[in-house]
Amino acid sequence: MEIRKKYFADERNDDLKEIGQSRQRSDALGHVKGITPFYADRAIPGLLHIRMVRSPHHHARILGIDASRAERHPGVRRVITARDVPHNVYTVLSLINIGPEDEPVLAFDKVRWQGEPIVCIVADSERAAYEAAQLVQIAYEELPAVFDVEEALKPGAPLVNEYHGQNYYRYDSGESRKVILGDVEKGFAEADFILEQRYQASPIEQAPTETTGCVVVPDQNNRFTCYTGTQAVFFTLDNSSVILQVPGQQLHFVGGTAGGGFGGKVDCTTEPIAILASMLTGRPVSYIYNRYEEMQISSPRAAERIYLKDGVMKDGRIVARQVRCYVDSGAYSRHTPYGTQKAAAHFPGPYTIPNVRIDCYCVYTNRTPSSAMRGFGVTIGDFALEVQMDKLARLIGMDPLEFRFVNAYRDGDMKAHHQPTEGAALIECMQEAAEWADWPVDPRCMAMSSREPRRQP
Amino acid sequence: MAKIPLHFILNGEERAEFVDSGATLLRLLRDKTGDLTAKSGCLQGTCGTCTVLVDGAPRLSCITLAEDCDGADVETVAGLAAHGQLHPLQHAVMEHFAAQCGFCTPGMLMAAKALFLTNPRPSREDVVEALSGNICRCTGYEPIIQAVLSAAQVMSASGPGAA
Repeated sequence: MEIRKKYFADERNDDLKEIGQSRQRSDALGHVKGITPFYADRAIPGLLHIRMVRSPHHHARILGIDASRAERHPGVRRVITARDVPHNVYTVLSLINIGPEDEPVLAFDKVRWQGEPIVCIVADSERAAYEAAQLVQIAYEELPAVFDVEEALKPGAPLVNEYHGQNYYRYDSGESRKVILGDVEKGFAEADFILEQRYQASPIEQAPTETTGCVVVPDQNNRFTCYTGTQAVFFTLDNSSVILQVPGQQLHFVGGTAGGGFGGKVDCTTEPIAILASMLTGRPVSYIYNRYEEMQISSPRAAERIYLKDGVMKDGRIVARQVRCYVDSGAYSRHTPYGTQKAAAHFPGPYTIPNVRIDCYCVYTNRTPSSAMRGFGVTIGDFALEVQMDKLARLIGMDPLEFRFVNAYRDGDMKAHHQPTEGAALIECMQEAAEWADWPVDPRCMAMSSREPRRQP
Repeated sequence: MAKIPLHFILNGEERAEFVDSGATLLRLLRDKTGDLTAKSGCLQGTCGTCTVLVDGAPRLSCITLAEDCDGADVETVAGLAAHGQLHPLQHAVMEHFAAQCGFCTPGMLMAAKALFLTNPRPSREDVVEALSGNICRCTGYEPIIQAVLSAAQVMSASGPGAA
């Protein structure tokens, strides 16, 4: 590894002790010996197993639940429904004051996505739990469903989530998270060219090799140890404490070892119900997603639809950028109001544009609730932005990298978010990248500096 | 349900267990022997995290019937380090940062060991083929391929029988 010292030499000490050094992972020895303790890697006698009865419908009213045959099935220790959950309707981000609470741990009046959990079977064996789950009778009245973010926002669209009252998350800025700088309409009027494009991404499953789950062991003194693969140990502990209405000190979470997560293990979907099952049975309980559940039930990265409209001058300057971004939250919020806000914070990209208008919508549909995945709210937006940058460069006949040099933000530039740019270093990174990629650019670009103020036209 | 008696070798030690008919080798290992090194990633024979050696051949223990392993010689990662010394494969995985979350690592190691048993000097293509049934979601595979190639070099340098 090499550290280039020609940039910002005056800002940096040279006594870097760790950076530039190769260090062994602290967990590598356990990994190669196969003794790293993942959540399921404990021999626990008397372990009970959970199997969830899930909605076969995208949107339906629940008319009745009959679990009597399941309760009588051999090996079944307990059948749990919504009324057994002390604080059934929750939202994970209520811990950081994002609300309203909009998602039931177990559905009771309605189901809003295919796969939503309704009845929890707790049994001596996985097999008994599977068998009993087939015996639960649920009567539904199917409701019209909406799967498209823009359809969901039209008047007359089926209402997905009554806790919101409309099919979008209401920010303090209204129906969308907004960023406004200058006047985009004025910018478009002045532009030599205008390009408007639509970008659509699919939901993406994180697909960790270890599936989501946890194992709960009741301790003495009404305390419960939860071995979990969560990426958010304390967040999940606090949410479990809210859902179960027990003080946090009754819950002992053991985690920090995830068999892959990539953002897919930050929701609070298995721990509260497994702890509740342990409370109700007095037995250790495991709730482990099978591979189907991991792929179909666990939250994916949200699908996004992005409209980008840019006004560009022949000399390469982008003078206006309008972004409309629709983030598919699925039926519930989970982390998507936050992801949508991150999208708004990330647009219009690392470029200095005098006129910007951004509207990011967190939209509820009857699809699987979406949540976190590496760079959620940012990665898909970046894809759209950078494809758009290439298209704009082609439109005006400019090299795509030089086009980025022209627009790259520099220290002191006002960002769309009304904060001056500091420590940008983008120009310097692109200079290095151009050399490494053997991508010749105009010497004028190679002489630029992110510290040199932009020349006003 | 009728229990089936099994007599087998696990990492060089004789074992005897009773299993349910239809139980998998993975369940036998994890629930009965206490060897938790083989992981359960998909339970449908597609991810390779449960790979162990049965009579020297790589097997997906999640879709291998335990009752078919009566009399078999079963090897897991727990038996890889001999006399407290890491196997060259284990060293190489550490050296090449080929384990990140570590969940696929036991299966990868056993698939690589199986390769060495039949092909002590594998080409890159041989390594890719041998690991093609094992999914890793962290590394992008390249560090794992490099680790296996490096271990093969170390082992052939230290002479036959080093595996």
